[in-house]
Amino acid sequence: MGGLVRGVTEESDLRVVAGGRASSGVRDLAHFSDEALLALVSRSDEEALAQLYDRYGRVAYGLSLRILRDPALAEDAVQEAFLTVWRSAGGFLAERAKPSTWILTLVHRRAVDLVRREQRRRSSPLDATSVESVESTEEEARVRSRRRIVQEALRQLPDEQREALELAYYGGFTQSELAERLGLPLGTIKSRMFTGLRRLRDLLADAGLDATDL
Amino acid sequence: MEEPSIHEQSAAYALHALPENETLAFEEHLSACTVCMAELDSLRAAAAALAYASDRPTPSADLRRRILERARNDPTHSPVLPLRRRLALPAAAAVAATVAIVLGVWASSLHDSLARERARRAADSRAVAVLSSPGARRYPLIGARGTLAVAPGGDAALVVSLRPAPGGKSYEAWVVAGGEPQPAGVFSGGGRTTLALTRRVPRGARVAVSLERAGGVARLTGTLLFGAQTA
Repeated sequence: MGGLVRGVTEESDLRVVAGGRASSGVRDLAHFSDEALLALVSRSDEEALAQLYDRYGRVAYGLSLRILRDPALAEDAVQEAFLTVWRSAGGFLAERAKPSTWILTLVHRRAVDLVRREQRRRSSPLDATSVESVESTEEEARVRSRRRIVQEALRQLPDEQREALELAYYGGFTQSELAERLGLPLGTIKSRMFTGLRRLRDLLADAGLDATDL
Repeated sequence: MEEPSIHEQSAAYALHALPENETLAFEEHLSACTVCMAELDSLRAAAAALAYASDRPTPSADLRRRILERARNDPTHSPVLPLRRRLALPAAAAVAATVAIVLGVWASSLHDSLARERARRAADSRAVAVLSSPGARRYPLIGARGTLAVAPGGDAALVVSLRPAPGGKSYEAWVVAGGEPQPAGVFSGGGRTTLALTRRVPRGARVAVSLERAGGVARLTGTLLFGAQTA
């Protein structure tokens, strides 16, 4: 299976570190790539799961809360997503996507499922504020920079494309619901989503955030 | 405006903006469309990037603890998906099975219930394909009420009526062709079961069923309860 472990460049290190846990008692997982952490998770390593949570838990919760607007439900969605990571990490290793894309996709899916089931949606999804974290870890700096790039890319989209993407992604609306809500033909909504998401992808790439690097 | 094509659905799919039936339809398209498949990777990443544009409020410290505790006590944790078994499906497997294979962990991790339903439908349609195959040979089961049907290519289906497996146990089918019995599918019994075997049955082989640990095992441990001898 070693050949399937994409992106784990220090496979031997991984084994040494994982195996050496009992003797040294300390592992600095902070230096591990997401891929390496996922490989450890697939071997039932809880500390690796904790490290992934420390990296993406807050982004995940922020997204989930924006969709669900209820702290308890938002935490449920995040919890379910991370448990899916725990259960399915072994199957993910051969995929072509980044672990963070998978994790955030899982969180989004769970939150959207919940918001549809709970009928919790109000008229419009909660807007992000400009409140910014003041933490200064390297991880925080990376997330803050991603946030800036994505917000800037969104601003550059034509209004109607941004609206379609935001209502779908943060509001959990299906494209038919959006068509009805905005009083537009379904085909128009489909086109706006498609053109908008493609454009967003290209804007992110222009800003140095290659979509497959996220 | 250009007529929206099914390709455009890839964006709505990446944004989870399709209702369930359209999700299924698009996944079937996806499994056969390399253009969409290639584009989906980048669209999905762009959609996930939207998560970063939200605020990052701090969840309760309890959430981290709960996740780790649930993980520790999770009985369904399976370190490695049975990838080879998934790839070993017969070449004639139905579209639905192809979808599950092509989409891999995405399909199963994004919607567990759909993936299960799809796997069930795939197994059903494979069994139907065997049973309706013009050249299929049928062999009565010895030891239970039922039939083994084997299509000319070796794809096989078992139709059997029997009691539900006791708690903690599953019935498991085996193909015995000379060497060690090879696992060929798991079922729970109860009424009439139609099972598409996950392994081809060569001519002259035996197919037999044992009672094993729930979910099945890779090597036969139980007694062979009933079966059929092919010619």
